[in-house]
Amino acid sequence: MKRNTTYTALLAGTASLLLLGTACSSEGGRDTASEEGVDTPELTIAMITHEVPGDTFWDIVRAGAEDAAAKSNIDLEYASDPEAREQASLIQNAIDREVDGIAVTLSTPDVLEGAIADAEAAGIPVVAFNSGIEEWADMGVQQYFGTDEHLAGTAFGERLTEVGAQNALCVIQEQGHVALETRCSSLGEAFEGDSEVLYVDSANMPEVRSSISAKLQEDDDIDYVVTLGAPIAMTAIDAIDDAGSDAAVATFDTNSELVGAIQEGIVQWAVDQQPYLQGYLAVDSLWLYNTNGNTSGGGTEPVLTGPAFVDETNVDEIAVFAEEGTR
Amino acid sequence: MSQLLTPKAPPPSGGGSEKTLRVTRRSALRRFMTRPEVGSLVGAVIVFSLFFSIADPFRTGGAIATILYASSTIGIMAVGVALLMIGGEFDLSAGVAVITSGLAASMFAWYFAVNVWVGAAFALAVSLAIGFLNGWILVRTRLPSFLVTLSMFLMLQGLNIAITKLVTGQVSTTNIANMDGFDSARAVFASSFSVLGIDVRITVLWWLVFVAVATWVLMRTKVGNWIYAVGGNQESARAVGVPVARVKIGLFMTVGFTAWFSGMHLLFMFNTVQSGEGVGNELLYIMAAVVGGCLLTGGYGTVVGAAIGAFIYGMTRQGIVYAGWDNNWVFFFVGAMLLLAVVVNGWVRTQANKR
Repeated sequence: MKRNTTYTALLAGTASLLLLGTACSSEGGRDTASEEGVDTPELTIAMITHEVPGDTFWDIVRAGAEDAAAKSNIDLEYASDPEAREQASLIQNAIDREVDGIAVTLSTPDVLEGAIADAEAAGIPVVAFNSGIEEWADMGVQQYFGTDEHLAGTAFGERLTEVGAQNALCVIQEQGHVALETRCSSLGEAFEGDSEVLYVDSANMPEVRSSISAKLQEDDDIDYVVTLGAPIAMTAIDAIDDAGSDAAVATFDTNSELVGAIQEGIVQWAVDQQPYLQGYLAVDSLWLYNTNGNTSGGGTEPVLTGPAFVDETNVDEIAVFAEEGTR
Repeated sequence: MSQLLTPKAPPPSGGGSEKTLRVTRRSALRRFMTRPEVGSLVGAVIVFSLFFSIADPFRTGGAIATILYASSTIGIMAVGVALLMIGGEFDLSAGVAVITSGLAASMFAWYFAVNVWVGAAFALAVSLAIGFLNGWILVRTRLPSFLVTLSMFLMLQGLNIAITKLVTGQVSTTNIANMDGFDSARAVFASSFSVLGIDVRITVLWWLVFVAVATWVLMRTKVGNWIYAVGGNQESARAVGVPVARVKIGLFMTVGFTAWFSGMHLLFMFNTVQSGEGVGNELLYIMAAVVGGCLLTGGYGTVVGAAIGAFIYGMTRQGIVYAGWDNNWVFFFVGAMLLLAVVVNGWVRTQANKR
């Protein structure tokens, strides 16, 4: 009997939690300013990314997407999964919901090919952003917003040579991620010194810290630690302290904390691909296509959102926006 | 249904026989109510009704097809995992083993430029070998399967990346869509067929076939009785002459087989395999089996239950998206939903046994 009441209580508790959940609306956290909005018919846009939950980069992408959606009377439905096949399922899911447009990151173009073809067959416009610059046009995706990892990596490598670095350590935080591999390999080709790759797992920050620190203790010639994400850069700073090394840090991508670190001179520079712009343009372009038939880049050329350098020369003006979580 | 699945009274061999003898004396309804999967069936109905009532797109045929497909990718693995759990063991390496299999087939075929079916055969050998190794180490060392398969999981995760990098120079395999045999393999592992104008993936069909075969083995054969006996009480099973070591190794190899099948599906559905994936899925397979009424302690449960468990997961994961809830909450809801299913499960079991 006693056991029974426990079950009933558990049941009731779980059920009420679920009810609470359904009461939450699916809208993002901003109050949509309907005063400033447009009066075009409401559209539903699905955004599907390969976000590993909890990375600040994707918060900025989402902020851009939400702002664009709020401005244009769009109901934005964001979904993400780091596993490629789950992403394919999410695209299929959006097709079933008969959305007016799909914005997707092509981190694994081969895997998503089938699902994207299905979307096109269903007459849903698809735009790509953030990754897949080589493949999007061949897949029948109509527009692309993002940066070219190869360009960014090359620019980064040249800059390392410029500042006189000798040995760089390139930290990849997600093993098996094509775009990240490209950054490190392009950087290695363009950089005249030596560079080597270290794999860490961004889902486990203490492990990231100890791995970098162990590597620096083992090889004290390393004078530059290159990270591929802002949260990793901040952890690398701690790891350098732990190891008692005098290596400098430079990184790809920014967030508000990192912009502060550049202002203080702890991080040398960041290559910015402007995630806010990627999210914003991806959503806005679908709105333009739906309301006016426009395609940016004419369906053949990518729209580049980077690479731009953030360093001591321009960091102050960017810091203002970084505080708001949009840079 | 309930008649088909009624277990034959096993020979007097300890494991669960007292229970089954009691069951045979009861009425048909009572017998149905005490089946391990009934609780999950109630859970599935609740979850389905919930999403059916709040999410418009959930009511379309296309959505049901998507959910069935998502469920089948978990469910096919859950067949092997449930059998293993009924036999009293775990397999934490099952998630990455799927990727290992896909990688092995793809890279073998690509590197030696042979027909992809040869690659698939090689991958089958690899998957069965991994299963055999898991079982053999377990039987030899008498370590808990949790530790043995955890080690295997980590080793496979490393091998997946290291060997892929060695062979292709990339972190994913090369696209093999243009190779000989690819089309026929895709037809077997990843095509879709039309039912009432809705495209259903072939994995859904395979899933049902595997569930039916596994259920027949469990309920109608000597091997099935062995599995229950080994999971219920290993020592008494050994005492009455059940080949415990062979049963355990065979069960791990069965998980190997389902991992091979899932790996082939990934490969032929998506042309390439990403070497870093699969981590964490092993818990979903175990979850599906547990939601379906398998006990963590072994000796109890059914494959049909595991299939319902996988279906609950598929409905929840996709249903949340159909309902348009905020993405940040997805896993909270998945967890809450699974908890709800398990609680309903336990409650139904105690209620049914009380009467």
